[in-house]
Amino acid sequence: MRLGFNFWLGAGLTALVVLAGILAPWIAPFDPVLDADLMNSELPPDATFWFGTDGQGRDVYTRILYGAQISLTVGVVSQLINSIIGVTLGMTAGYWGGWWDDLVNGVTNVMLAIPSLIFALAVMAVLGPGLPSLLVALGLTNWSWTCRIARSSTLSLKSLSYVQAAQTLGYGDLRIMFTQILPNIMGPILVMATLGMGSAVLSEAALSFLGLGIQPPFPSWGSMLTDARQLIQLAPWVAIFPGLAIFLSVLGFNLLGDGLRDSLDPHMRTRNP
Amino acid sequence: MLRFTLRRTLQIIPTVVVVAMLIFVIFSVVPGTFAASLFADGKRAADPQMIARLNEEFGLNKPLMERFATYVTDLAQFDLGTSFRTRQPVIDLINDRIWASLQLAIAAMAFALVVGVPLGFLAALRPGSVLDTVTMIGAVSGLSMPQFWLGLLMMYIFALQLNWLPSFGYGDGSFRNLILPAVTLGVTPLALLARTTRAGVLDVLNADFIRTAHSKGMSEAKVVRWHVARNALVLIVTTLGLQFGSLIGQAVVIEKLFAWPGIGSLLVDSVASRDIPVVQGTILIIVLWFLVINTAVDLIYAAIDPRIKQE
Repeated sequence: MRLGFNFWLGAGLTALVVLAGILAPWIAPFDPVLDADLMNSELPPDATFWFGTDGQGRDVYTRILYGAQISLTVGVVSQLINSIIGVTLGMTAGYWGGWWDDLVNGVTNVMLAIPSLIFALAVMAVLGPGLPSLLVALGLTNWSWTCRIARSSTLSLKSLSYVQAAQTLGYGDLRIMFTQILPNIMGPILVMATLGMGSAVLSEAALSFLGLGIQPPFPSWGSMLTDARQLIQLAPWVAIFPGLAIFLSVLGFNLLGDGLRDSLDPHMRTRNP
Repeated sequence: MLRFTLRRTLQIIPTVVVVAMLIFVIFSVVPGTFAASLFADGKRAADPQMIARLNEEFGLNKPLMERFATYVTDLAQFDLGTSFRTRQPVIDLINDRIWASLQLAIAAMAFALVVGVPLGFLAALRPGSVLDTVTMIGAVSGLSMPQFWLGLLMMYIFALQLNWLPSFGYGDGSFRNLILPAVTLGVTPLALLARTTRAGVLDVLNADFIRTAHSKGMSEAKVVRWHVARNALVLIVTTLGLQFGSLIGQAVVIEKLFAWPGIGSLLVDSVASRDIPVVQGTILIIVLWFLVINTAVDLIYAAIDPRIKQE
């Protein structure tokens, strides 16, 4: 298994985001919410405020470090929910077939008919803004592709001799699925989840930007951009740095996912870069 | 081909019905009614009489099953209900807005196609060249960027600093107002199209029938035009169809950013004001739009590649 330059670049960017999130309470020079001082509002970047200050006089650098916590939580938890739903439905549908397979297929098709950001928006409209609703909304949004992949991989594994040997030995269905099939479909699922983290972070940013996700004053990268439209003329740094943070972290997840996919499946290799 | 067309078109109906049911179910579990939420800001004291009157007017005090029956019967007559806020029929509100959304979506897709496909093509014909490298780095970046952020930056540069274009709004519907939102919305499909076109063309270039074409003395230009372009087209059409869903989703954000009067900004405003009939109607229209596009793509796909129909 050879991992290319892109994979390591992606891993490096991801590591940077993880470190920023974990170390934020120690390395951030200010408090992300409480250190608001209108006397210091809209200051350009300097030695004290590395990325300048926002409309309320809060340090943009500090808020970006804390914002990493929200983005990571959203990315990891939503993809965990996605994978659990997708794998459970897809694996059982592929293994059992019959009416259950038809039902799962039908539900997947309906889910694919709704653009994912629109679905997330509808769920947010019902649950109201905030982090828990975001996790549910994004966790319920993107499992259809995972489900399809889990189903088709299960279908092709089902006829292999080691699965049939397990059946002959009298193993239960669930035992076969979890011990024989699941470990062998983890690769593509992991790739989907990594790439999904990127789109979850983008969706969180978009929903928070629209005012439906994380609410101010909490420092989400998306909600930091909500005020930027009004401030951009006076203080462009308020718009530039949070967006750059989103861009680099999503780039990290995407390169990581692409790299994993290429190493797992040489046929899918997108000839560099 | 006719039977295939008919079958694929009819398949839209059950999906729309299920989506409509799903939307109804989702929004029936909303905690608190619209009437109560009018007072949720705490600026006015909740007036139980007024809440009761509003619930009566919108039929919100009827049992769930009865409301569902009304919803389905209305829907079958293309009646999407009445807005809680403006008391206008939802279908009229959507009618006023949908043209602007269509304009934006078509312009964005056209931009993505006109720039993305030739870039991917040229990149594939000269793998490893500067153009190839720049295109692919650009494509990966375009796919990782929050589109509304790119829109913000472009608004800052081209509207506020250089004063070349209006920063937001529909204006009198002129092309100048359309440029910034359309380019912003087109960036992600552009990146994806460039990437898939390149991958598709590279795959075809390595195929046996291309070697055969070359060895029988066909000129390079002819090979590219006859074999490569035709085979890559299938991939491009598929990507286009798949991309449309996320384009419609993203359009909601971009319309809001540029204050574009489409159904996306209508949806966001209605969510904010808990105007549920408008939210339901808008989502349903968006899903219908997406399904129609996907069906059209399938049909084009089958017309280009006869192998598909058999499936």
